[in-house]
Amino acid sequence: MSTATETIEGLVKQEYKYGFYTNVETDSAPPGLNEDIIRLISAKKNEPEWLTDWRLKAFRHWQTMREPTWAKVHHEKINYQDIVYYSAPKKKGGEPGSLEEVDPKLLETYEKLGIPLRERERLAGVAVDAVFDSVSVGTTFKKQLAEKGIIFCSFSDAVQEHPNLVRKYLGMVVPYTDNFFATLNSAVFTDGSFCYIPKGVRCPMELSTYFRINAAKSGQFERTLIIADEGAFVSYLEGCTAPMRDENQLHAAVVELIVLDNAEIKYSTVQNWYPGDENGKGGIYNFVTKRGLCRGRNSKISWTQVETGSAITWKYPGCILQGDNSAGEFYSVAVTNNYQQADTGTKMIHIGKNTHSTIVSKGIAAGHGQNSYRGLVKVLKSAANARNFSQCDSLLIGNKCGAHTFPYIEVKNTSSRVEHEASTSKIGEDQIFYCNQRGLSTQDAVNMIVNGFCKEVFKELPMEFAVEAQKLLGVSLEGSVG
Amino acid sequence: MSKPILEIKNLSAGVEDKQILRGVSLTINAGEIHAIMGPNGSGKSTLAAVLTGRDGYNVTGGEVIYQGKNLFDLAPEERAREGLFLAFQYPVEIPGVNSIYFLKAALNEIRKSKGEPELDAMEFLTVVKDKMKLLELNEDLLRRSVNEGFSGGEKKRNEIFQMAVLEPKLAILDETDSGLDIDALHIVAGGVNKLKRPDGAQLVITHYQRLLNFIIPDFVHVLYDGRIVKSGDKQLALELEAKGYDWITKGETVNT
Repeated sequence: MSTATETIEGLVKQEYKYGFYTNVETDSAPPGLNEDIIRLISAKKNEPEWLTDWRLKAFRHWQTMREPTWAKVHHEKINYQDIVYYSAPKKKGGEPGSLEEVDPKLLETYEKLGIPLRERERLAGVAVDAVFDSVSVGTTFKKQLAEKGIIFCSFSDAVQEHPNLVRKYLGMVVPYTDNFFATLNSAVFTDGSFCYIPKGVRCPMELSTYFRINAAKSGQFERTLIIADEGAFVSYLEGCTAPMRDENQLHAAVVELIVLDNAEIKYSTVQNWYPGDENGKGGIYNFVTKRGLCRGRNSKISWTQVETGSAITWKYPGCILQGDNSAGEFYSVAVTNNYQQADTGTKMIHIGKNTHSTIVSKGIAAGHGQNSYRGLVKVLKSAANARNFSQCDSLLIGNKCGAHTFPYIEVKNTSSRVEHEASTSKIGEDQIFYCNQRGLSTQDAVNMIVNGFCKEVFKELPMEFAVEAQKLLGVSLEGSVG
Repeated sequence: MSKPILEIKNLSAGVEDKQILRGVSLTINAGEIHAIMGPNGSGKSTLAAVLTGRDGYNVTGGEVIYQGKNLFDLAPEERAREGLFLAFQYPVEIPGVNSIYFLKAALNEIRKSKGEPELDAMEFLTVVKDKMKLLELNEDLLRRSVNEGFSGGEKKRNEIFQMAVLEPKLAILDETDSGLDIDALHIVAGGVNKLKRPDGAQLVITHYQRLLNFIIPDFVHVLYDGRIVKSGDKQLALELEAKGYDWITKGETVNT
């Protein structure tokens, strides 16, 4: 009577519902990476010379670097000369001045994904910037935001319209020398979102960027820069999907957050890149550098991530707590099913006095998934009375998966307090049977147990996305108990 | 009398190669309370597990008809939706899952299978408030995760509370008295008695006679070595209490 097992296995074959491909004409560079390609990207974007130079410096530095091997992930060697570094949907007669001029096929794509860009069908109170392959296709609510002095636009537009802000902050948190993938991004990044919240302004709506990889063989290298000036607040959400393809595609993004005195940025990610099929073929390599700088006193950064997609996830959204009394938070749910691998966590660098950080990480491994938490808590000598609390919980579903925890703690200050708690548990057959006996199906039972496990993280997400995240988790884990 | 809710006919079952039940027959009609008693290892909990469909138990012979259907054609959750309820001997903890949320999901599954509309949160709370008084449960218990951090007595009370909300046709109480002090036993038994319905039935599994002072059974059966070796009324339980199981298990198999 192994009905539970059978039901579960029957459910495994849930298809990735965002795996479609949009047939649009593209303007692409040939595959490969050299200085000419970088100049081409820069020229296509009509960039000022300083930015071209910055890219070239990054590229030259990148050539001296090696791909990191310390993460607990395995993949075939990436051939960086095989990747298309620039791919843009072809425009009909120049830049789209408004959404009406955007290729209707692109708008359809976003509607299929449930992200309507046309404002009449907008998500209530959420401004969206959509990035399709390498370029931003449209930003909603631009005017309403501008009335408050908020700048929310594509990175390319920001370079043209606000060059001084971009130049001042670009690379401040993630310098072009930072790490292999961030350096590559610095050389070839094509677009992304830019956001500036002026002094004392609370952004009246959620800001959101939606990333979509469409073209074959293309990598996506977007760059996001968000600045919250003194006393400002913004809540920002990022979502991502990609078509189903047999080959692996590289996504190497950089996100930089800068927060000044008494300001706060809340950054939430629901990452659902194509994870590969049930045999581990295809899927996105998600190698991302995200870091925030709490530059001012009493500043705060909160990262919340729900990572359900990608063949491999390699990301450590971190906070540099420079300002006195600044606070960093990291809430994470990472799911690996089938042959997915995740090596993810955070870095909390305490520099200022009375700085606080909180880490809550929930890793869920099913199928043959490998799930690692890797986190650094570093307290410098200057960080008197710094405090950190970390909690890393792993949940195993089945017996072919793995969960690993790699906490690194460096404390150079005697007045600080660092706490680390970790647990590993398995969904028990007795829990599932208990739910069955109350009338719940095995799948509903697993979803309920997993959602219970992730509760502390989901409550940090903006309401509507928390609901999305729960559903996504259900889909990702369908048929995962065996 | 009324038509049977459960008919167990010559049921044999075990775990792996081990035979535990060796031909159990029992008929339970609506409105009846049956008690199954027996020494440790006699097969009491196996009977509950087989009836509710727990993984790992193999049925090797006989059949069970539940409300006119072959019970073994139904998955565990389908049995539950059709009104078969087990009050667990060891209720399971589910961290992070709110008790109220859990119970609402369960009730709505049952309602859905009957073609009744699902209850929303407010309607559900109204139902819950009434039933809570029955079990003298502290409201804040239900805001906590399912069984997490509950005392032994609270867990058992919570089982009966769930039973009160789900209103089963046939409730199986597996060693519900174990781990309860006398006050808790009073409350639990009182709750069970109030839940007695003319169209429902209860199967009370217990090692001791004590519970049967509070829940008065119509029939008492003694399970020994995988068989029902003696059946009687309430008097049988008292005799067992006085004489122990030996006088039955050493004697011949008698069905009265």
